[in-house]
Amino acid sequence: MAWRRFSRDKAALLGLVLCTLVLLGALLAPWIAPHDPNFQFPDGISLEGAPQSPGTAFLLGTDLLGRDLLSRLLWGARASLLVGIVANGIAVVIGVLLGALGGMGRGLTGTLIMRFTDVMMAFPVLLLAIALTAVLRPSLWIVTLVIALLNWVAVARVIYAQVISLREREFVEAAQAVGASGSRILYRHIVPHLLPTALVWGSLGIGTTVLLEATLSFLGVGVQPPTPSWGGIINESQSYLTTAPWLVLFPGAAILITSLGFNLLGEGLRDALDPNGAN
Amino acid sequence: MLTFTVSRVLQSLGVLLVASVFTFSLIFLLPADPARLVAGPSASVQTVNSIRRELGLDRPFVAQYALYLTNLLRGDLGRSYKQQTAVRPLIASRVWPTFQLMLGAIALELLLGLPLGIWAALRRGRWPDQLVMGFAFLGASAPQFWLGLSLVYLLAYGLNLFPLGGYGGLSHLFLPALTLGLGGAGWYARVIRSSLLEVLTRDYVRTARAKGLPQSRVVVRHALRNAAPPIISMIGLDIGVFMGGVVVVESVFGWPGLGRLVWDAIRVVDIPVIVGVVIFSAVVITLANLLADVVQLALDPRIRYS
Amino acid sequence: MKRFTGRTLLGLTLLLGTAHAAPQQGGSITVSYKDDVTTLDPAVGYDYQNWPMEKMVFDALLDYTPGGTTLTPRLAAKMPDVSKDGKTYTFTLRKGVKFHNGRVMTADDVKYSLERVLNPKTKSPGQSFYTDIAGAQAFVDGKAKAVSGIVVLAPDKIKITLNAPNAAFLNIMAMNFAFIVPKEAVAKAGEDFGHQPVGTGPFKLKSWVSGQQLQFERNPNYFMAGMPYLDGVTVKVGMDPSVAYLSLQRGEIDLLGDGIPPAQFLQVTRDPRLKANVFSKTSVNTTYLSLNTGVGPLKDVRVRQAINMAIDKTKILRIINGRGVVARGVLPPLMPGHDKAEAGYAYDPAKAKALLAAAGLKNGFETTLYTTSTDPNPRIAQSIQQDLAQIGVKVQLKSLAQSSVIDAASTPKTAAMVWSGGLAWTQDYPDPSDFYWPILSCRSAVQGGWNWPFVCDKALDARAEKADRMVAPTQQAARLKEYASIFAALNKQAVWVPVFHEVRYTMKSDRLVGGVDDLLDPTHFINYERLSVKK
Repeated sequence: MAWRRFSRDKAALLGLVLCTLVLLGALLAPWIAPHDPNFQFPDGISLEGAPQSPGTAFLLGTDLLGRDLLSRLLWGARASLLVGIVANGIAVVIGVLLGALGGMGRGLTGTLIMRFTDVMMAFPVLLLAIALTAVLRPSLWIVTLVIALLNWVAVARVIYAQVISLREREFVEAAQAVGASGSRILYRHIVPHLLPTALVWGSLGIGTTVLLEATLSFLGVGVQPPTPSWGGIINESQSYLTTAPWLVLFPGAAILITSLGFNLLGEGLRDALDPNGAN
Repeated sequence: MLTFTVSRVLQSLGVLLVASVFTFSLIFLLPADPARLVAGPSASVQTVNSIRRELGLDRPFVAQYALYLTNLLRGDLGRSYKQQTAVRPLIASRVWPTFQLMLGAIALELLLGLPLGIWAALRRGRWPDQLVMGFAFLGASAPQFWLGLSLVYLLAYGLNLFPLGGYGGLSHLFLPALTLGLGGAGWYARVIRSSLLEVLTRDYVRTARAKGLPQSRVVVRHALRNAAPPIISMIGLDIGVFMGGVVVVESVFGWPGLGRLVWDAIRVVDIPVIVGVVIFSAVVITLANLLADVVQLALDPRIRYS
Repeated sequence: MKRFTGRTLLGLTLLLGTAHAAPQQGGSITVSYKDDVTTLDPAVGYDYQNWPMEKMVFDALLDYTPGGTTLTPRLAAKMPDVSKDGKTYTFTLRKGVKFHNGRVMTADDVKYSLERVLNPKTKSPGQSFYTDIAGAQAFVDGKAKAVSGIVVLAPDKIKITLNAPNAAFLNIMAMNFAFIVPKEAVAKAGEDFGHQPVGTGPFKLKSWVSGQQLQFERNPNYFMAGMPYLDGVTVKVGMDPSVAYLSLQRGEIDLLGDGIPPAQFLQVTRDPRLKANVFSKTSVNTTYLSLNTGVGPLKDVRVRQAINMAIDKTKILRIINGRGVVARGVLPPLMPGHDKAEAGYAYDPAKAKALLAAAGLKNGFETTLYTTSTDPNPRIAQSIQQDLAQIGVKVQLKSLAQSSVIDAASTPKTAAMVWSGGLAWTQDYPDPSDFYWPILSCRSAVQGGWNWPFVCDKALDARAEKADRMVAPTQQAARLKEYASIFAALNKQAVWVPVFHEVRYTMKSDRLVGGVDDLLDPTHFINYERLSVKK
């Protein structure tokens, strides 16, 4: 039923295709990348330090150290997706847990959790992420952790609202009437209804996370060199924007495609899994 | 309404208090010695020690936080480690450029988002609708720093239509404001589209149309009024998103606002400036959301807050 | 043929004509920088950006000839009298020099300014330059209320006594840290003196908008007649170098404070029309890779020599568009005492591998390399990483904010290797002792010091101390020779990989008049007082 609706949604299918392409690129990078992504070719830069433009020797040109851009983009997909999937996965788990706890706990716990999300909402996420990653010496795992710790808030709010509305529904009230315990109601009756939401956010959130990681790497506080990352490539090359625009154009397009893919997929899933069509 | 406002204000103050604890803890996450940062690399160990005592950095967290909070309540945000000046005037001198940038971005969001949203709703399911939805998705997926660099390359460097960067009048403002607001414009278009679609199916609108009222009047009188509250709360939320976005946009365009200030501070680990800007942002975001809620309530008394 | 000669001659006379014409008075210029200015307090500022701006507002007792290394009197009426033992200097001040606030400068201001730098409360990074003055240490430690070695003899006479003779002392008195400040203005501005500077200099600070610009205006009462030529200088900050370059072409900027951006470098240097406005000069600095003599395999001198041979310096020069000359030793070419014969270590990976094998590290080892995170330094670090991988040394990169790099580099037994890009050692004054005591001596091999290899050779320290006592002008040649031999000994210990001496390039507008000595001065970087504009 859901798949049928999904398969008729052209935008969602496009999203699925884009995600699959990026995923394949990342997984098959060792086999399909034409060169070692970290090898600095002596003929990759001119004697005055100018990179090679796209051509036959290097399909998408070279970067400012004479490395093959195409190979770096393919390997860069790994860092991007790794951070995207892991950070967002953690954020969704925290968000679902805290959102459900907040919604179920009528007393102090619920209030505390939701007030805590209020506090988190008062912070500009990006600013805080930049400050945190810069202050804690940046690495791939710090970036993942920081993004996860900031991104759960939105999920928690959605889940919270959903739990509140589920709580009032007949089947939960029925379970309560027969004396089922709180945790039993949570696991048997509420959690299954939250899975579609978690799935939707699992996809939508990757789009946001990929953007956030790229931004941090662009500012130099994300994934560290020489590990290839799309934001990092743009960071290293932005001073050559006017003379070597491809070094900014191609990695940017890669980020755009990945983020777009997961956003379209997520929206498609939402429409397919939510029969009422409401958000 | 008064009770609501008062309780929201109190709630916001609580949020800000906790937020200040969080932000202040940044200093304790720092792997480097703040006293050494103040003293500079070539200062002697004695100098570093005397600075540590002077700033109270040798005291426990609670004592340091209490001191910070009392100063904060008096409007004293401390002194920058690197710039030889206090944090408050530093922030004050950057507020206006950032405000201009945000205002420009909101204006562009509305100017682009409103017509596109209306157009998409009126041509639902046809190519304009798909085009606008495509634009919304692209806007939400494009990295801001890349968008900014691309706009600079194409419009400023390539076509020479705008300055390449720097602070100045409207021509300087346009590209950074567009970079900041383009993603939001798509979002506005989507929200306006769906709120319009909902209204257009309502009975009174159908009646109005059946009576032969021109479509533009219908849209303006009924549909847009319905879309106003969500737009106001979106502007409130936008302020929060922008507070992060300006870091990227201002550093790409060399705009002398809060974003550049905090980014420069981050690069040299100037903790008082970082903490100051984060707390200031938290205040602005909380105020913006508070204001949005109150305005919404005033506009539409039907909305009930629990 | 004849006509050709004629034209050349005409061109030559024209050229000589402009060179000899007196600079025109009036007009103003705009200079661009990317980063905001942090302070104009001469006791605190210590970077290439605020250094020349401080020189606009303040003066020291002594100065250098433009672009040169010869000391000349400035606020002093003449060069000081030196006692026979070389320990006591008596300065006579110029009469009637006024601060911007109208008060006449006296010897008390000189004493106050020096004590202010020494006072721990000032947090001056230049403090240690002045601790050799008699009684300075007691003052720093809070045991004395004044520095006993600084005595005011008359309103225009001051005597400074040192603990031991120091051949570089007059250079130290010409540094920005020794600029004369008025006590009452410092007291009035409090901690904000760096933003409200008052001095005796050729320009006054008129306005300062954080993140945007600083405006300086001519000091009409400047004590050097006719100086400065310009009515005003505007320093625009927050300008990306590429933006600044294009603005210069559009006539909005007169001088690129950060130099020519890398992407446009080729285009600029190859364009014959721009040639007259482009200047370059090898700066008196050395960018190096520091090898920590207290960490793991780097304790072995053979390993350090192997690393010296494994690094391809010409490749690194390509990354910086060839804007440098390969370094073979510690001292830069323009520094007195530089040894042209020093061969250094040639690039030889095979020999490097053999040396590693001899050290029992046939299979290489793992180590870390710290670098600042601003471009191009992470790129250069990656180039070093690849070079070392070729001899089996696996390097992990740590690309951090500048202060974090300094923190790690100056903590004993922490950072194995540090790339000094962005933190290259640049002369404070033109004397080789400035490349020894602050960065390679025992006293700098401490927590928080700049001796990142943590090298401490007591015999070399003794030799340098002895050289510094050779203060008589007749001993100068022997002294420089001794320093050259000290640095040769350090090179054998391979505590650094000296990589390059930067060549600075800058570009000016057509209307700005100034030569290479004014635009790329080795000590002051820019001599604003000597610049003028064509009208």
